[in-house]
Amino acid sequence: MKTEAIKELLYKMADDLLIIGHRNSEWTGLGPILEEDIAFSSMAQDKIGQSQALFQLLHELGEQEPDTVAFMRNANQFHNAQFLELPNGDYDFSLMRHFLYDVADQLRFEMLANSSYEPLAKVARKVKGELKYHVFHANTWITKLGAATEESHVRMQTALNDSWNYALGLFEEGPFEKQLAEEGIFEGEAALQKRWLETITPVLDKATLTIPAASTWEPKLGGRNCFHTEHLQPLVEEMSEVFRVDPSAEW
Amino acid sequence: MIKSLDPRITRENISENNTIDPLTPMDNWETYEVFHQKKRGDQHMHVGIVHAPNPEMALLFGKDQYGRRGITANIWVVKTANVFCTEYEDQDMFETTPEKQYREAGGYKVMDKINKYKKAQKA
Repeated sequence: MKTEAIKELLYKMADDLLIIGHRNSEWTGLGPILEEDIAFSSMAQDKIGQSQALFQLLHELGEQEPDTVAFMRNANQFHNAQFLELPNGDYDFSLMRHFLYDVADQLRFEMLANSSYEPLAKVARKVKGELKYHVFHANTWITKLGAATEESHVRMQTALNDSWNYALGLFEEGPFEKQLAEEGIFEGEAALQKRWLETITPVLDKATLTIPAASTWEPKLGGRNCFHTEHLQPLVEEMSEVFRVDPSAEW
Repeated sequence: MIKSLDPRITRENISENNTIDPLTPMDNWETYEVFHQKKRGDQHMHVGIVHAPNPEMALLFGKDQYGRRGITANIWVVKTANVFCTEYEDQDMFETTPEKQYREAGGYKVMDKINKYKKAQKA
């Protein structure tokens, strides 16, 4: 039972990282300027690396090899939030998603650094520095573009509005919330969402961007239970195309 | 439409007669010189340049251009416009320097004397 709870937590985290890592890597070579292209691609690689570390933990709990789990499933077997599978759109949306997700990811790992499940706590401590840079990168862009020109402000506000309900879907509760909290493994999605709101609000204020009114909040749920938009299956096929040519190949 | 081996390009539906807009002055940001320090206490070494709209972003880019491989303790960025330099037409100021070997430790021929002294000590 406890192992099932840990697996559920690991799967959603690993799938979030794998899918956003792949999406962000789609900017490689197409980024707005060379330096940003390299920075964004480098962070996308970090995300894939972090997902691999979590798939490795799952493997130690009896799941299949990390590559097999990552590349041999179909969309209806993924536990990522729907937010992360949405197409990249323009760079404003990609940056806003990077900001909203990466802050949540950093806070989640921060909470897990003291988890009673030591293997996960160890990963959380290891990725701390990477995440610090990712959030520094996101905060810098959001505050710069939010308050730069009228066009950049409108674009960032629109991106925030479009992202919002999907971003709330990151905190969809699972069946093991209470148990994970009681065992000291993970404090829970509600606690995470609270911290997330407290953390993003001052940054968005500084960027002169406004969080949509609470009365309009309708979290896009379902991702954690493998319900996805039509965008995930094509992503999975493209991501695993090469691997599936010969799953036994040594890379 | 352009058909590419890269599915991302094909998806963009770019016309074969796609023209590239000429650059305008705002298309390029100013440059910052990047200095990289390997270990705390070491000297910062100049490693290259990044384009950035402000110092904060120059640090972001400096980290990824020059700090994503190998070991890094610290990075400096300095706006290129704030770097003062000599003129290449004044390079003749340095012309005779290589001849002034007396300024280099290696310019002193003392090994003979040292060896002689050592020998004298041994005896």
